[in-house]
Amino acid sequence: MIHIQDLSLSIHGTPILNGLSLTIEEGTVFGLVGESGSGKSMTALALMQLTPEGSSISGQAKLDGLELLGMSEAEICALRGNDIAMIFQEPMTALNPVQTIGDQVAEALLIHGAASKSEAQAIAREKLDRVGLSHIGADRYPHELSGGQRQRVCIAAAIALRPRLLIADEPTTALDVTTQAEILRLLRGLVAEDGMSLMLITHDLAVISEAADHVAVMQKGVIVEQGPVAQVLAEQSHPYTRALFAASGHQPDRVEQLAPEPLLSLRDVVRTYAGPRQGFKRGAPLRAVDGVSFDLHKGESLGLVGESGCGKSTLTRAILGLDPIQGGDIHLFGESIIPVMPAHLRQGISVVFQDPYGSFNPRWKVDRLISEPFHLLAERPSATQTRERVAEALRAVQLSPDDMTKYPHEFSGGQRQRIAIARALITQPRILVLDEAVSALDVSVRARILDLLAELQGQLQLSYLFISHDLSVVRAITDRVLVMQKGKIVEQGTTEAIFTSPQSAYTQSLLEAAPKLSAAMGG
Amino acid sequence: MKHIPISLLLGAALSSVFLLAAGLSLIWVPYDVESLSIADRLQASSPAHWLGTDQFGRDLASMLMVGARTSIAVALVAVGIGITIGVPLGLAAAANRGSVLDEVIMRGNDLIFAFPSLVIAILITAVFGPSALNAIIAIGIFNIPVFARVARGAALSLWTLDYVLAARVSGKGKARISAEHILPNIGNLLIVQATIQFSLGILAEAALSYVGLGAQPPTPSWGRMLAEAQTMIYTHPMLAILPGVTIILMVLGLNLMGDGLRDALDPRLRRARQ
Repeated sequence: MIHIQDLSLSIHGTPILNGLSLTIEEGTVFGLVGESGSGKSMTALALMQLTPEGSSISGQAKLDGLELLGMSEAEICALRGNDIAMIFQEPMTALNPVQTIGDQVAEALLIHGAASKSEAQAIAREKLDRVGLSHIGADRYPHELSGGQRQRVCIAAAIALRPRLLIADEPTTALDVTTQAEILRLLRGLVAEDGMSLMLITHDLAVISEAADHVAVMQKGVIVEQGPVAQVLAEQSHPYTRALFAASGHQPDRVEQLAPEPLLSLRDVVRTYAGPRQGFKRGAPLRAVDGVSFDLHKGESLGLVGESGCGKSTLTRAILGLDPIQGGDIHLFGESIIPVMPAHLRQGISVVFQDPYGSFNPRWKVDRLISEPFHLLAERPSATQTRERVAEALRAVQLSPDDMTKYPHEFSGGQRQRIAIARALITQPRILVLDEAVSALDVSVRARILDLLAELQGQLQLSYLFISHDLSVVRAITDRVLVMQKGKIVEQGTTEAIFTSPQSAYTQSLLEAAPKLSAAMGG
Repeated sequence: MKHIPISLLLGAALSSVFLLAAGLSLIWVPYDVESLSIADRLQASSPAHWLGTDQFGRDLASMLMVGARTSIAVALVAVGIGITIGVPLGLAAAANRGSVLDEVIMRGNDLIFAFPSLVIAILITAVFGPSALNAIIAIGIFNIPVFARVARGAALSLWTLDYVLAARVSGKGKARISAEHILPNIGNLLIVQATIQFSLGILAEAALSYVGLGAQPPTPSWGRMLAEAQTMIYTHPMLAILPGVTIILMVLGLNLMGDGLRDALDPRLRRARQ
């Protein structure tokens, strides 16, 4: 149905896509998988003629024999939303916050003159029912909906005109695992029942293995391998496919060094937020963290798992002494950090954040960034000592000491995360809090960072508190896991026990929903 | 920077003409503006007097040059007052978001905003006596909440970023983080706002001088030149047109510059242009 032949694209002379050929059959799911910068999103944008300024395209892209490339803007506008529709990664920003969801679904119908105003409203209602939102009124606004519900609204708007092809660009990356499973099921159902084709763009091989019929693996603007999913994943004939596959399930070598000496202990920690405004009063306070207790031992790697909104970030901030708590006690190295963390304890605990782009002041150079925590030391090292220690920290994270005179924007995402780790290690802490530290990274980069973390743990006898929503990562690097739901720890135990025989229903549903690579391998 | 917006070039060129004229007037003016020469009164433009003379025989070009000095000095100091008081207040409010301090600062700002600025400026100069200094203070006070608002709004969005969190984990205090991390990253916005406030300051100074509450005779000022020309607007319109056009061009230049600076310094727009 969609037939792309020899598609190439360059932007201001820089080649982005190189000789892409692929065919998407009617009523199938075509997966496009690759790491960031591989050109998978650009392929979709080229099909929609939404490429950025200064790009030149060559080759052919046919929809039912109709050539898409070189169409006039008016012609392609008639197609967009009508025959080809698209949904995006971020459901939080893809909807207009001041329009009701019904109006937004009806919009495509009105633009293409496919229905009168009242008909459009009726169709919108029907489509919202179709994507499983029958209990939600069409007059609701996006902020009243959860992330998964918003993604459903985006899908309803995209299928309003019964498109032939739906392009989904990382549709579930921003969602929790349980929501991801539901959205993937919905998309598959739409393909099966409406005879629509789906181009599913993702970085996650596991999502492909669960949802796609065909897959194309992209690397640096080239499709290195394509075919039926089961065959591609089973044979892995191209080395890049093999590398991606290996990186997805990567298990770093770790040295067992757990010593029964609690460095950090939490007892019945409660963190509340002021309740919603009700006139001049406020409602009952929200308990974001509700009676959490656990110990982190010396040399231990402890995972904290939960879906968004479960309170794990709030808990992290309390542990780091950034926010006050309303109940319970936190002891760090045997001393209480409530109500205020004593300054001398601070250098013993540091943190690496998720976003490799937001973690650095863009106006500072690397040496100043990394040495910022020296502020904590009672005796500030001299300028030459500082330089030596920054160089040492850079070497420890496998970067060059010459990098200290560069600005953060000169580094890739993975390198920035290494710089963040170097900054965290500069005061020689005993506990490192990793707040989704590898979640934003590509699988191959993630595998290397996990290796680095495992190595550093062995060398420096660090304790890790590893906070993540990604179960496979947690499984790879932790000794023990805490599962958090709605501010409470619902289950804890050794990593193996949690993953092989989960006791609580919530843990079971989390594990059940997580897409698995091995499942496809078995079939 | 590859692209410099045309409005920035035009605005900077226009503004610098007046800045240079004001600077030049410190060391040289064609004629002394404080001595009257009735014999030369109301001359048309000539090689001796480029723009002619007024009803007291003073050279108009010289008066405009010295007047530029007055206007720029008043506006500059007023903006300076706004920045030095307003920005720290805004940063403090952002650093202590939701606290009593934040409320006090921001509601204080609202209070100042609630008064019609020019009327209060007139009140202040009327109570404390008309002078350039009182005009500066009156205009400066109304700059404080503007800068406090801009600084607080921009700082609030930065406080949620990870590098600020990382600095807090490093044990740095709020004041230090504000100075090291927040202020340099909101500098762009403040520069743009300062240009706009500068042009508003020039307008305010002209207005105060026009009603006789700004710079006092014999110090020339654009606003008072307008006022003095009023009685002769039908017989000698150039006397009013010249200072009027000067004020328009100066304000236009500064506004264009502010607009252009905003485009040039905004990374989002910069990306869109590439």
